[in-house]
Amino acid sequence: MKENKIKKGDYKSKTMKSYAGIILSALIFLGIILLFPERKDVIISESKKYFIEMLLIIPPVMISIGLFSVWVSKDLISKYLGKESGIKGAFISIIVGSLPMGPLYIAFPIASSLVKKGASLLNIIVFLGAWACLKIPQGLVELKFLGLKFMILRWSFSIILIILMGYIIEKIIEVKKIDIIPSIK
Amino acid sequence: MAIDFLILNVLVLLALAISFFKSKEKSKMALKIAFKSLINTAPYIIITIVIIGIMQGFIPNTLITEYLGEKSGISGVLLASLIGAILHIPAFISFPLVASLIERGASVMIGAAFITSLTMIGFTSLPLEIKEFGIKFTVLRNISSFIAAILIAIAVGVLL
Repeated sequence: MKENKIKKGDYKSKTMKSYAGIILSALIFLGIILLFPERKDVIISESKKYFIEMLLIIPPVMISIGLFSVWVSKDLISKYLGKESGIKGAFISIIVGSLPMGPLYIAFPIASSLVKKGASLLNIIVFLGAWACLKIPQGLVELKFLGLKFMILRWSFSIILIILMGYIIEKIIEVKKIDIIPSIK
Repeated sequence: MAIDFLILNVLVLLALAISFFKSKEKSKMALKIAFKSLINTAPYIIITIVIIGIMQGFIPNTLITEYLGEKSGISGVLLASLIGAILHIPAFISFPLVASLIERGASVMIGAAFITSLTMIGFTSLPLEIKEFGIKFTVLRNISSFIAAILIAIAVGVLL
């Protein structure tokens, strides 16, 4: 399908960019170390420390992203999202949104198709918010570097504010009764 | 290193094993996707590590404490949120970056502000959001996300 074609092209250019990015940053790193040999030890030891920590956390993160994306389909999202309304719907939206399915720009088409199917704005806003800032694999990295307490605090306040945001935006948009979402028609 | 990450790795491997047991095809696909996302994010990871190292070498802790520390107050939080909103980098590399800044004197509130606005607001995805939902929805959602990011940061900073 059309979508697949775009993705493939994207992937190729992304891979190219990846290599260019790695080579460029390696060159900058080497250049700086050669120019400032007296700071070499500090720079290398700090980079090494973070490199090792990343190395420990990256494989499980990537594998869980892969597993989620094959076992949790987009249909599943549509199945659960938008059925329930109110606070229950909001919580389902959070859970579904936190599953790793890709970057935010993938979420917009999914969400807008759900609006067409009748999902409430509250659910959609909560879903987009959760998709953006509460991702399960990313949470593993957050846990590793910033600790459990930071993570629990950030996640709980994010959940509260995302739901609040959903209620407020839903109120504003529904009160005005204007055709906000042109694609619905 | 930490035992919890040993457990994490074991859990993920276990999940992978179950996945293979259920469907070899799907599991291979999962590994392919894992590899793809690794390739896509590798440059960001490497660049972040390089930046962390170079910052350690050139920016003294006192400077970080002064501009990103507790003293910088609400203006520091606003600035961090703004930078986070504009930047387009994968969220998970912001965690080590922020961790290294906090370790060297930046306030937790500023770190949280950067992370939340980075994740919640996407400048680069605005056109798509407008296309799918219209301009009003997009403006409302992004502005309220920005306010939410600041509130979340303040709450995390005060309570931690």
